[in-house]
Amino acid sequence: MLFASRSFCCLGIRTYQLQTDLLSRSIKLSSYATMAFRHKNTRRIEGLDSNVWVEFTKVAADPSIVNLGQGLPDISPPSYVKEELAKAAAVDRLNQYTRGFGHPSLVKALSQVYERVCGRKIDPLTDILVTVGAYGSLFSTIQALIEEGDEVIIIEPFYDCYEPMVKMAGAKPIFIPLRYKNYGNSASSADWVLDPAELANKFNSKTKAIILNTPHNPTGKVFTREELQVIADLCIKHDTLCISDEVYEWLVYKGKKHIKIATFPGMWERTITIGSAGKTYSVTGWKLGWSIGPQNLIKHLQVVHQNTLYTCPTPLQEALAQAFWIDYKRMDDPDCYFYSLSRELEGKRDRMAQLLQEAGLKPVIPDGGYFMIVDVSTLNVDLSDVDEKQPYDYKFVRWMITSKKLSAIPLSAFCGPETKRQFEKYIRFCFIKKDSTLDAAEMILKNWNKQTA
Amino acid sequence: LQTPFLSLSLQAKMSRPVQAQRLEGIDKNIWVEFVKLAATYSTVNLGQGFPDFPPPDFLKEAFVRALSVENYMLHQYTRAFGHPPLVKILAQFFGKLLGRDLDPMTNVMVTVGAYQALFCCFQAFVDEGDEVIIIEPCFDCYEPMVKMAGGTPVFVPLRPKAPKDGKLMSSADWQLDPAELSSKFSKRTKAIVLNSPNNPLGKVFSRGELELIADLCVKHDILCISDEVYEWLVYDGKEHIRIASLQGMWDRTVIIGSAGKTFSATGWKVGWTVGPDRLLQHLRTVHQNSVYHCATVAQEAVAQGFQRELELYGKPESYFVQLPKELQQKRDWLVQSLDAVGMKPIIPEGTYFLVADISEFKSDVPDVPNSDEPYDSRFAKWMVKNKGLAAIPLSAFYCGSHKNNYDHFIRFCFAKEEATLKAANDILQKWKREKTSP
Repeated sequence: MLFASRSFCCLGIRTYQLQTDLLSRSIKLSSYATMAFRHKNTRRIEGLDSNVWVEFTKVAADPSIVNLGQGLPDISPPSYVKEELAKAAAVDRLNQYTRGFGHPSLVKALSQVYERVCGRKIDPLTDILVTVGAYGSLFSTIQALIEEGDEVIIIEPFYDCYEPMVKMAGAKPIFIPLRYKNYGNSASSADWVLDPAELANKFNSKTKAIILNTPHNPTGKVFTREELQVIADLCIKHDTLCISDEVYEWLVYKGKKHIKIATFPGMWERTITIGSAGKTYSVTGWKLGWSIGPQNLIKHLQVVHQNTLYTCPTPLQEALAQAFWIDYKRMDDPDCYFYSLSRELEGKRDRMAQLLQEAGLKPVIPDGGYFMIVDVSTLNVDLSDVDEKQPYDYKFVRWMITSKKLSAIPLSAFCGPETKRQFEKYIRFCFIKKDSTLDAAEMILKNWNKQTA
Repeated sequence: LQTPFLSLSLQAKMSRPVQAQRLEGIDKNIWVEFVKLAATYSTVNLGQGFPDFPPPDFLKEAFVRALSVENYMLHQYTRAFGHPPLVKILAQFFGKLLGRDLDPMTNVMVTVGAYQALFCCFQAFVDEGDEVIIIEPCFDCYEPMVKMAGGTPVFVPLRPKAPKDGKLMSSADWQLDPAELSSKFSKRTKAIVLNSPNNPLGKVFSRGELELIADLCVKHDILCISDEVYEWLVYDGKEHIRIASLQGMWDRTVIIGSAGKTFSATGWKVGWTVGPDRLLQHLRTVHQNSVYHCATVAQEAVAQGFQRELELYGKPESYFVQLPKELQQKRDWLVQSLDAVGMKPIIPEGTYFLVADISEFKSDVPDVPNSDEPYDSRFAKWMVKNKGLAAIPLSAFYCGSHKNNYDHFIRFCFAKEEATLKAANDILQKWKREKTSP
């Protein structure tokens, strides 16, 4: 059985397996207390051991549960992508080390694609770093540019790794929530906005960076030009860096456009833009990502990279380069995978939204990405007898997994401590799923009311 | 948005460097320069450590099988701490070698190459002010990784003993002075990094040497980060002994391994750590906050590779038997080539590296007094540019202040096809002829 899950084991405190006879022979009793101290973890990882995925991927590893939780496609990547990997692995030298900061053919391909998208020259050797997933790019960027004494603004809800990564770098996360403004009947991700005055208040002389994620996980919000301009203005005014997580950049739906904040005047020199092969080509298991930015920032990310893992796998990079060339050549063609995937996902998005609405739920229709958040309070599921201390959405998801055999992710997992109450009636569904998975979800949702009646 | 004057705090901010302090002193890296030089000038590259022959067929076939249609989910995330088939076989395999029951979920963690395993260890256990003992000469990443974690590297050298009359020096002749080693331990010592078989010398630490280190680890209650990536590459019937199997060591040791070195597939970047849960739990914390997952397909293929090796363990068809046999032959060819022209090889007991004394060739590259650059580095650069033969200066494997201690040695990698080694021999022979002819 394949485990297509992010984390399998529980990270809780395990019983220490004492090899007592060995220990007592070689270590005096008096030094046992020292041993416990010596083998302690460093300060930088204190409190960073737990994580929402530990629990929710474990339960969803059960094949009887329809898994719409973790963000992972169960559709196949395009065949040419898989073929390129087979071709690359057949070339002997491609099974050995390549250039540390990025395989030459890959950084060349990335520079071509993004030159076209950004409308500016991008040097493949100095302006790009290839990393182990966008996750690795976030880590390299934060380790390179953030340290103790710095503050980093994080927009809530947020992809959960931002907070621990900022903390591991010794800095302080400053949260600001997206707030829901009701403009009418439809609930769209566009209804979730930042309050400009509130945002401005978060910036001060200690603010080293703001982390922007557009299209946004989990809401699917695609920041508009005006919204990005507000952020850009503040970055320039306060000389702040912008870490722009754009992994879902190609997944924008009809009527919306993905805009790169790095292309705004005054922003290229202070922005690191992060992308992901996993999200671009539906190959999350390839774990390739990239950071693009000005040489004077990227060079520091490269220093982190050369002191953390040095180089990324070669055959995967070569295959990705070839896939990019194929799609680069047809960027004017609607069949380009960058556009065809988003068309395919739009259909799934609409189907998912309909199913949820028919079940009496209120989904927030995303303008981009492959997640959809849903207000479950309308179902009025009474979980007050369950542990009071847990946020409602955690309790709801656990209940839904057990009684409905459907999984999702509780939204309060993506919030800082102050905001958890605000988001605890929402859960997140992933819809980059094959038809049979969505069919199974449909069955559950159609029967929902029958079972609770 | 230029204002006529900037606020004081903004001025202060703009005058600070943009990068974090943890990067101080770790930006230089010799590989960037030497890899570029080799790519530009070399006709025979015995520099960077990677094979120029392919991984074994059974491994390549495993990779292709992993790409078959029904396995399309292998293109998606797997378990973050290691693909289940891989951690299961690693637990089985290393459990057998260590003589203990290993839990694949808690005693094994997969990393992006052994390099990332090292990074996790330093980040998990080295805090500001902690000292880490590093034996020189050593793989060059240990020092900057310790520094990036805020630690202080404390170096102790392997010292060469003169070989018996007429004999070539062996890596076994480079030894630690027990008193000197003992003196390096202090109240602030958190860990020692052991690399056996050792890159660059090829030294395979003996049981006695390991017991010396183990006793000190236990006495001072410190951790041992044991880089054993070349564990299968030992020659002349020598045995690779795992320090974690010595008394008192399992609980304080993290063992690091590499599929790249084990299966001649350095470009796959699959590595692992093996150790007690109490230590690995902290490696998992670093891992989940830095890269989280490792690529799936290569892990699947490596798992199958290990499955095969488990079944063939100790048999002549085992890759772990065949590879060292082939490499020993290559080692001997290179030793012969170097000895024949007057470069004095130090015969390595293990790894696929060999260090040679280039003193007799010094006349080609004159000494430059008061030069910042160590002699061997200038020599190696001259050699690749003028002779097309790439090798790495030994000073690259010493810390800053010790770089000039052993400045007339260069390191060759012999994990190369016969044709490559023959071509190296031709270059060396021609060079020797040019030196001796009037």
